[in-house]
This record gives sequence, C-alpha cells and structure tokens, in this order.
Amino acid sequence: MPTLLQVDNISVAFDGFKAINGLSFDIGHAELRAIIGPNGAGKTTFMDIVTGKTRPDSGDVRWGKKSTSLIRKSESKIAQLGIGRKFQKPTTFEAQTVYENLLMALANNRNPFAVLRYKKSSQDETKIAEIASLINLKGSLNHNAGALSHGQKQWLEIGMLLAQDPKLLLVDEPAAGMTASERAVTVMLLKDLAKTRSIVVVEHDMEFVRQLECRVTVLHEGAVLAEGSLDFVTKRQDVIDVYLGR
Amino acid sequence: MAQPPIKNNGRLLDQTIFTKFLFCNPSIMIFLASLGLFTFGVTILCEGFGLGLISTSFVKTLGKTLCFCIIAIAMDLVWGYCGILSLGHFAFFGLGGYMIGMWLMFARTKLIVIEAAHNALLPPTPAEINDAVGAQIFGVVGGADIPLIWSFADLLWVQLILVVLVPGLLAFLFGWLAFRSRVNGVYLSILTQAMTLALSLYLFQNESGLRGNNGLSGLQYLPGLEDVPQEIISIWFFLGSAFALALCFLGAMVIVKSKLGNIIQGIRDNEARVRFLGYNVEGYKLFVFTITAIMAAIAGALYYPQAGIINPAELAPIASIYLAVWVAIGGRGRIYGAVIGAAFVSLVSSYFTGGQAPDIPLGFGVLRWTDWWLVLLGFSFVAVTLYAPNGIGGFFDRFNRSGDV
Repeated sequence: MPTLLQVDNISVAFDGFKAINGLSFDIGHAELRAIIGPNGAGKTTFMDIVTGKTRPDSGDVRWGKKSTSLIRKSESKIAQLGIGRKFQKPTTFEAQTVYENLLMALANNRNPFAVLRYKKSSQDETKIAEIASLINLKGSLNHNAGALSHGQKQWLEIGMLLAQDPKLLLVDEPAAGMTASERAVTVMLLKDLAKTRSIVVVEHDMEFVRQLECRVTVLHEGAVLAEGSLDFVTKRQDVIDVYLGR
Repeated sequence: MAQPPIKNNGRLLDQTIFTKFLFCNPSIMIFLASLGLFTFGVTILCEGFGLGLISTSFVKTLGKTLCFCIIAIAMDLVWGYCGILSLGHFAFFGLGGYMIGMWLMFARTKLIVIEAAHNALLPPTPAEINDAVGAQIFGVVGGADIPLIWSFADLLWVQLILVVLVPGLLAFLFGWLAFRSRVNGVYLSILTQAMTLALSLYLFQNESGLRGNNGLSGLQYLPGLEDVPQEIISIWFFLGSAFALALCFLGAMVIVKSKLGNIIQGIRDNEARVRFLGYNVEGYKLFVFTITAIMAAIAGALYYPQAGIINPAELAPIASIYLAVWVAIGGRGRIYGAVIGAAFVSLVSSYFTGGQAPDIPLGFGVLRWTDWWLVLLGFSFVAVTLYAPNGIGGFFDRFNRSGDV
C-alpha cells in the first residue's frame, strides 16, 4: 500500500504542555483508519496540524507521491491539495440551502474572480444530485441547512466533503449525537467511501470503531501507543491501563 | 473550471443572460422601476427643469440621500453579507469627496485668478497664476505653496481616477494587513474605527495639505460653468447620483446572487468551514472590503459637490456608526433594505435636526427635536434590534420569493 500521508516525528507544545510529542505514522491510499485515545491524547491537535490550522514546533507532514511538505501551507491550499475535514459539531452554512452548501463545496476554481463569474454547468447539477441521493437529502435540496435534523446536518457535511472530492478525509467523531440507525448508515457510508479514498476517523465510541473493521491507532500523550486491529490493541496491557481500564 | 458553454456567442447572449437575471429577480425590477419613477418625478417637479414645486435645496437633500443609499449598499455587502462590521467606510466616502473637491476648488480658483488678472497690463505667467491660486486656497492655513498632493488637481481625469484609486488602495492595504493577521469581530471593528479616527485627525492638521479644519469649500460650483444656475446643476447631480445608485444596486445584486455571494455569506456564518473547503477567506474578505470602499468613495465624490463643503469632521467615526444604524434599521442582508434604511433614517434625521419639526411643549419644559432626535434614533435602533431584527426590509420579504435555485 503506497503512502498517502506521512506524519514524521511531529511535536507541538502549547504554553509548555506537549500536546503532540514525536508523533509518527503513515496513512496509505484508500485506507480506512480509526484513531482512538483518551481526552488530551492529541487527536484534535493532530488534525489541526495536518489541515494547516496549527503549525508544529518540529517534524514534518508529507503528502502524496511527491512527498510535498504541508507544514508551511495555508488551510485553503491544503484543502485544495485534497484533504477534507469534518468537524465534531456539524458545521454547515445554516442560512443557505442544502443545494447552495453542496455547490460551494464542489471542486471548482476557488479564485474569487472565477467564483464571481461562475455559471452552473450540467455536470455540476448532476454531481450535486448524485451526492444528495447518497446522503439521503435529495428531497431537501431547497431547504435551508438550518432546518435539518442533527444527523442530517452531519450527513450534509459529509456530502460537502464528498463534493470537494478529497483524497483524504479527516472525520472527527462522526457518530456523536446520532441515533442507532443513523450510525449504521454512517458506518456503511464511511466504509463505502474508503474504497476510493483514504479516511481517518477520530472516535471515542468503541462499538462504532468495531463496526468500521479497520486498523486502529491508539494515541496517548501525543504519541502512538499501539497500532493494529481493534482486537489486537485492546488486548495490550498498556492500552488497557491508559484508556480502557478507566 | 466550469466555463459556461455559451461563452463564445458574444454580446447578444450576454444580453439575454442579463435579461434573464433581471426576470429571475423581481426585486431588482421593482427597485429600478421605483428609482426611475422617483427620479422622473423629482425632475419634473424641480425648479431647474420642471414645475418648480421642489426647491433646489430639497433636490440637493434628495441627491445627497441617494449617495447615502449607495454607501449603505456598500455597508450591507461588507457587513450584512460578509460579516465584517466596518466602522470605517465613511473614511472612504470622505476621501472620495476630497479627491473630487481638490479639482473643483483648484480649477475654479484658477479661473477666478485668471479672470481677475484679465485687465492687468501684463498677462500673468503660469507661475504667477499658480502662486496666486496657492495664496487663495492656502491662505487660511497660513501658507501659499501648493502642496505636492495637489500636483494633478488641475486635471479632472486624474482626480477622477484618484477618487477610485486612493480609497481603494487604502482599503486594500488596511484590509490586507488586518485580514492576514486574522483580526476578526469586534477587534476588526475597533481597528477600522481607529483608522477613520486617525485619518480624520491627520486631515485636521494644516500640514496635511488639505486645508486642515477649513476643509474644501465652494464645491457646489462647477469650474467653467458659472453661467449654469444651481437649479440646473443640482438636478444634474441628482440624476448622476440616481444613475450611480442604480449601477451600484445592480452590481451588488450580481455579486450577491453569484456563487461569490454564497461564499461571502458562508464566511459570515462559518469562516473555518469555508477555509477548510479550500477557499482563501482572506482574499475574499479583501475583495469585498476593497470593492465596497470604492463604492463608498464614488458615493462621496457625488455627495460633496452637492453638499458644497467637506471638512475632516465628516470622516469622524460617528458617521460610520450612523451608517451601521441605517443598515440595521433597514434590514441587513437584502441590499434594498440598506437603501430603505439609509433613505428613511437620513431624511427623517434631516427633518428633525433641520428645525422643521415642531417643538413639543411638555409643561415642565419644551422637547426640542434638534436635541432629542438622537435619543429617538437610539431608541429606535434598540427597538429594531430587539423586536424586528430583519428591519424595515423584513416587511417586504414576503413579496420577494425569488426562486433562484
């Protein structure tokens, strides 16, 4: 499996507190990966670093075939390279329709002048329709995103990420606040998506991680504690001590 | 990437796209029709061209109000749509006024000087004329030299370019510095206010080269057109302001209804999401900030020839705060709301502060509107914020269900 994202020995400290401490791991092409760990293990900081929100004190993050360094790039540049991010709370544009939300996410030219002159093309219409049916929102295209239920907003955000067509998707606690049936659909959706792109899921919920049936990385105090199948890592004593035993 | 398939067919299709745009958005048609009707009405009722039922000074008030409507549109774009509460747009308005005022004052003074020297034995040399103009304009601030910034004041076309260029450049530089450092929310508002205050204080100084607190005056006279009475000039400027308002309204609607409109509203509601979608948020903010600053400057360049005088007090932060009040009362985020708010509040304001409103005897004292108008305005602002957050424009929303999806 060729490497898509390579996190190489990164460290970052906030006011002396080492949030990430020599973290290294790789994500392959079309890989589904779950990251678990107790609170303060550095899961969100890791996402912030990869998406360009936080700059690490040392280490490097390399991307794609050419191993481009992401460290000094802006959030928008990194997103354009093909890294999408889903926040823990659903973040959609609530004052605008589902259609407009998806339209903004579509992978088109991001230059302000090009955006001003943008005219809807039939390909874009088809793509939006496809995504809308995939995320079960076909009937709500003309509704304001603010009127959707919590679970629907989560899906809309996933739909927006799909419209962005990223090579790597970082997903922060997708199952939070979802009903059991919504969870099952989300698991199906993520597994399906991971066939064509890489997905990193940060999750607290063990049952949800089990359903994903993927490799798991356990973070603790800003570094990798264990990596392997869920059964493998949950049997390890050190993992039980820091995380599961509590 | 998404090129429109009909791009090559040229102007004819562009026109059809434009007509389609108009028909898809009835509010634009209604707005333009009302503006046209209003302009027509004022023109046939004015003293210059028509029946003489509207006084020239009221035509000027209406023309100035139209300029306020333009800057209110700018404010709605930058605040109502993009979420940047700028308290500095009147600085750009004032700068636009100064730029055109320099030409009006210089060219007219020069003509007067030449006229006065007409009967002299020796015809004056250009240097003598320049000296006399300098003494005329800058005598009040104790100087006679023409400052460097007046180098092009004799050339109308240069000053017209400067109307756009100077405020545009200032907005671009300010915006670039502020947005790049990710200054947001209240801090950004304070920063814009500081910019306005600094500019105003600088212009108050005699050394600024713009006549300090005297400002520029006599702007209501057009150089070379001394024979044209104010009744006519006032209606020219009124029509010019109406035309500029129509253009700015159309321009704003094009921006708002485009995908760029979606993006800037996205920035207003959730900046981080827009950023992680791959849009350069700073670039978009800078674009909107600069475009609206230029709109404000054009409004100012039309306003001050109607006001006749400009001085640094016009740039005081309070003016920009009023602007925010107009837009809030009119209703943010619908463009025509800003126009209604600016027109309504500024006209009512000039009624109450102009001394026309009758004082109300209260037994224990007299309520003078010139003193109490600001209190009334303050209360209405609070009332609108609390009870009608959509403002006056909110009442029109039910008539405006344009299906643009």
